[in-house]
Amino acid sequence: MKRRPWFLFTTLVFGFAFFYVPILSMIVYSFNESRLATVWGGFSTKWYVSLLSNRQVGAALMLSLQIAVISASVATILGTMAGIALARYTRFKGRLLFSGLVTAPLVMPEVITGISALMLFILMADWIGWPGQRGFTTITLAHITFSMVFVTTIVQARMMQADRAIEEAAMDLGSRPWQVLWDITLPTIFPAILSGWLLAFTISLDDVVITSFTTGPGNTTLPLLIWSKVKLGVTPDINALATLTVLVVGTGVVIAGILLNRAEARRIRDERMAYRSHD
Amino acid sequence: MPASPAPFLRIEGVSKNFGTFQAVRDVSLTIDRGEIFALLGGSGCGKTTLLRMLAGFEDPSAGRIFLDGQDMTGVPPWERPVHMMFQSYALFPHMTVEKNVGYGLKHDAMSAAERADRVRAMLDLVQLAPFAQRKPHQISGGQRQRVALARALARQPKLLLLDEPLAALDKKLREQTQFELMSIQERTGVTFIVVTHDQEEAMTLADRIAVMDRGQVQQIGPPAEVYEHPATRFVANFLGSITQFPATVTAVSGPRARLTVPAFGTEVETIALPGLAPGESLTLGLRPEKVALHRDRPDGPNVISGEVKDLAYFGKDSLYRITLPGGSLMAVHAVNARRDGEARPDWYDRVWLSFEPASAILLRD
Repeated sequence: MKRRPWFLFTTLVFGFAFFYVPILSMIVYSFNESRLATVWGGFSTKWYVSLLSNRQVGAALMLSLQIAVISASVATILGTMAGIALARYTRFKGRLLFSGLVTAPLVMPEVITGISALMLFILMADWIGWPGQRGFTTITLAHITFSMVFVTTIVQARMMQADRAIEEAAMDLGSRPWQVLWDITLPTIFPAILSGWLLAFTISLDDVVITSFTTGPGNTTLPLLIWSKVKLGVTPDINALATLTVLVVGTGVVIAGILLNRAEARRIRDERMAYRSHD
Repeated sequence: MPASPAPFLRIEGVSKNFGTFQAVRDVSLTIDRGEIFALLGGSGCGKTTLLRMLAGFEDPSAGRIFLDGQDMTGVPPWERPVHMMFQSYALFPHMTVEKNVGYGLKHDAMSAAERADRVRAMLDLVQLAPFAQRKPHQISGGQRQRVALARALARQPKLLLLDEPLAALDKKLREQTQFELMSIQERTGVTFIVVTHDQEEAMTLADRIAVMDRGQVQQIGPPAEVYEHPATRFVANFLGSITQFPATVTAVSGPRARLTVPAFGTEVETIALPGLAPGESLTLGLRPEKVALHRDRPDGPNVISGEVKDLAYFGKDSLYRITLPGGSLMAVHAVNARRDGEARPDWYDRVWLSFEPASAILLRD
């Protein structure tokens, strides 16, 4: 029998264990009959049922979804514009600074992003009287600013691989630049835009830190609700809620990944065919 | 003689700089309506840059381009009656063949029915009607090339630019497509400018060729003229093969000149260049197919002795490399007209070479 690379194998097992044992145990305990989160009392789906009838949870979920959809959509529009600009206009003044500024939030601690957003809103309220109260709008704005980065990065990467010649061909056939953008560029990078949206959506949906800085009274998103409940102790209904969140977020990430992969495979195939007998 | 009309396309002193690099240097040429014109040269010779300036993707740094009497300076690509067939074909991957071909037509004032008719006519022209609903990745390379051609022709451009139109096709398909391109050009009457690095492609397709090197046009003329009467050593070398020898003029009498060629160990007779004077040093070039190979010393002028150093037998013909008295080598192409091997010189055989006075190419440096 072939000798197993046991070291690699062990690392793999431990790696996956670190990632997924906590999540798995949470999922398992969400089906716990017992009221005590850490004592197994038999299988039950009653916590899921009780979640459905919980008004508070329902409202928080709706708020989270609204914020996620709006912020992901705006972030996708802005992020796509920035991504195209960064990939196409390689010679404008201050490009390096701009691309640095766009990607800096990727590595910025969320606490810093949250505090700075909060500071801005307070100062703005002082100077121009808006936003009078923090809540839906301020959370959405903050989410747009930090999820836009992810869209920009994805779109920029896709644009870098795109064949410039097909845009030139459209221009050559009589289309002005904005028509080329609409007819050719956007359809070809559409999978990247869609996966950018999904990523922005999931990031917004599960954000705690930035949301907690920019929220106001009465605006509790789902992650904030979970966070505040956990402070009083982990209960099985929180486990159930978290399990559902994992399910939604996981699905989003998987779909985004599949879209990107498939688009990449198609691009490689097209390119290979286009240059099939080139030497 | 009727007054000659203004040229259809006039390129006037066009240069293009990219930073400190000069891609195109002071190119001037004219092209007639309905002509197939080839820009031929190696990579980096400026032919593609010139093409992109015609399409409007680059602005000339100096000089002007006139198309059908209109100055094209500052006219953007989308307003030029000039369409291009890209080397990669650049088909729109998310559109069907039919949509690709019809894409440019949406900018023209025509009814939906007219547009559909035009697309159908174009697809018929390139014999792709059965593939109208396919996407580009569902058809073969040769078919994609024809979609690109149909798309570029659909708006009936005044000028069609073809960037290495056959480079992506395999050899067999290339020959067939060459003739198809020529017949389509004849039927549509559109003026074609073909950019290519492949001399055979340029020679078979084009009415006239401009040979380019380092951003400059070296020579313009019909294929036979450029091949048989190259103006510079670069052109002589780039088109076909040629062996070049240093030579000195010893005498000029009327249309004939006598030269000593140290490599040959003898004097030879050629057709004189205008203004040739005894004592002038120049280069004598001979193409392999212009030299005759003999086993016995022939009569007549320009006979050189030699020894077979190398030979390559191709079947219908053979290529020899002959050591000359001066020690240098000359390439000779011989047609194998007879089946018996006796007639063919072998390795290390003593042979005689001869050429007509008119066959030698004299090149001033």
